[in-house]
Amino acid sequence: MTAVFFDNVSRYFGAVRAVDRVHLTIAEGEFFAMLGPSGSGKTTCLRLMAGFEQPTGGHIEIFGETAEGVPPYRRSVNTVFQDYALFPHLSILDNVAYGLMVKGIGREERRKAAEDALAMVKLPGYGTRRPGQLSGGQRQRVALARALVNKPKVLLLDEPLGALDLKLREQMQEELKILQKSLGITFVFVTHDQGEALSMADRIAVFNEGRIQQLGSPEEVYNRPQTRFVADFVGSSNVLSEDLCRSLGLKASFASLRPEAVAIAPPSEGALSLAGTVASQSFLGATNRIVIDVEGVRIAVASPAARGVPAVGSPVTISFAAHDLHPMEDA
Amino acid sequence: MTIVAESIILPQRRSTAGRLSDFLWRHPHVLLAIFLGPPLLWLGIVYLGSLFALLLQSFFSIDDFSGLVNYEFTLATYRQLLSGANLDIIIRTVTMAAVVTLVSALVAFPIAYYAARYARGKWKALFYLAVMLPLWSSYLVKIYAWKLILAKEGILTWIFQKLNLLWLIDAWLSLPLVGGNSLSVSYTGTFIVFVYVWMPFMILPIQAALERVPASLIEASSDLGGTPSQTFRHVLFPLALPGIVAGSIFTFSLTLGDYIIPQIVGSSRLFIGQAVYAQQGTAGNIPLAAAFTVVPIVIMGAYLWMARRMGAFDAL
Repeated sequence: MTAVFFDNVSRYFGAVRAVDRVHLTIAEGEFFAMLGPSGSGKTTCLRLMAGFEQPTGGHIEIFGETAEGVPPYRRSVNTVFQDYALFPHLSILDNVAYGLMVKGIGREERRKAAEDALAMVKLPGYGTRRPGQLSGGQRQRVALARALVNKPKVLLLDEPLGALDLKLREQMQEELKILQKSLGITFVFVTHDQGEALSMADRIAVFNEGRIQQLGSPEEVYNRPQTRFVADFVGSSNVLSEDLCRSLGLKASFASLRPEAVAIAPPSEGALSLAGTVASQSFLGATNRIVIDVEGVRIAVASPAARGVPAVGSPVTISFAAHDLHPMEDA
Repeated sequence: MTIVAESIILPQRRSTAGRLSDFLWRHPHVLLAIFLGPPLLWLGIVYLGSLFALLLQSFFSIDDFSGLVNYEFTLATYRQLLSGANLDIIIRTVTMAAVVTLVSALVAFPIAYYAARYARGKWKALFYLAVMLPLWSSYLVKIYAWKLILAKEGILTWIFQKLNLLWLIDAWLSLPLVGGNSLSVSYTGTFIVFVYVWMPFMILPIQAALERVPASLIEASSDLGGTPSQTFRHVLFPLALPGIVAGSIFTFSLTLGDYIIPQIVGSSRLFIGQAVYAQQGTAGNIPLAAAFTVVPIVIMGAYLWMARRMGAFDAL
């Protein structure tokens, strides 16, 4: 079944087109990521699903029911806010039980459910504390418990991991994924971190300037970017210019090439090659990022750290398989 | 090539000011003492001291024959305070202060809410101007203006007459207690002027409190299924409560102590402020005047304690 359906949805703020004619379909039980830079419309899309915004045009359905004009409190959709939005005057337990309280569920029953939810996010026994007494990571878990205790049909997450440090973020990514699979709830996740989107989502919609640039599985989006923007934003692919494409015998005006698909080596049989000079290099841990200047076009190469690094300015030959070169639309 | 070796540490300035700065930098507590000393002395001796002297006066009594203060500890003045006409004055004033505070809060909240949530840019500036403007003009002028507005020949009566609603005013004025000959000589008039004059003191703290409530909290409540009235009850109101309490401290204590408004707009029945004025002036009964001034202090103390018990400051 379709969980969320957007048909030609737009949301304008005055002259600003925050969301511009977006079509998308999110399946039930899917982990769906909306990826894009700030101001690309991904958060507005999320707010349209939550009901905080109403579309200027188009049609939204949530589980087959029309969502326009339906206030947030009548939607079986819950949100984990970017700033967590925990109620500072309530205890953690009352925060988590809030959704049950406003629905009129009895004190004992909601206390039990809230405690279970806190246990699920690995914060058992934290109920009596106040939000101000918890760390950022703990608050994030409370926000998750507060949303999940209502058993929503769709859980919306607005950059929930943005404020956490790297270690905690990676741990939460793992836990969120496991949680989503075990609960079977549709997760819609907004992020500007392409690594996060790639590692967590079943499908990704890449947003730019209010529109979806590409929608597909992480592999598709990463390996076969359809537009220059996607190539650039998702894992910084190399974009080969028209001239370079033509010299390689390609018909498309632009093509993308992933840094890790390129090797600094003479071509093996059937491979393509280009000659250039080393422009710069930096150490990234597992790999070295080496930028080669090929007739004015800069091509990044991700080279395993174990390999030697050619000196800056030295002439090199780079090679790559023809099937790693992906033609794209000019956008 | 000669390079003059320059010291990394600059030489000490020889002036007194230079030495003083170095000294104060090394002894920051001295600087703090210089800054805080005078105001603390002022607060401690001049302000709290005189307040204490006042309190002390209330435990003396006045000799009915000579009119001189009898400097002996007694509770007689308090007995006098809590009986007959004096008790009526206290009840009248406290009731008025409570009603003024309640109505001020009810009127101020939507205005403050609009200003905090929706007003941006020039609308916000306009809001501040509109709220503060009455504070810039003289208090007396405003009260006399209200006397004219509320008078029998005033504009309010005229408007109601034109709208054929004069019977509404007449009906109200015929009510016991709140009524009277005209609005300007009734408790209703006193009440209206009190609410008007103290309104900025209620709006601004509530607005400041609401300003600090992130919009995401309101959205979160709605997202979790809270209807607008539930969101108000469980989120917005508790978080605005410190502001409401702060505002009510102003409106409540200012009403308790004011002696000009009830004198110009209202009946001849006294309020605490007027009683203090009369007792320490014409009557020359300083102990009773002091005892009257203790009433607002005690009431405000009890009010703050109750507000604290109710958790009004938990969100601070």
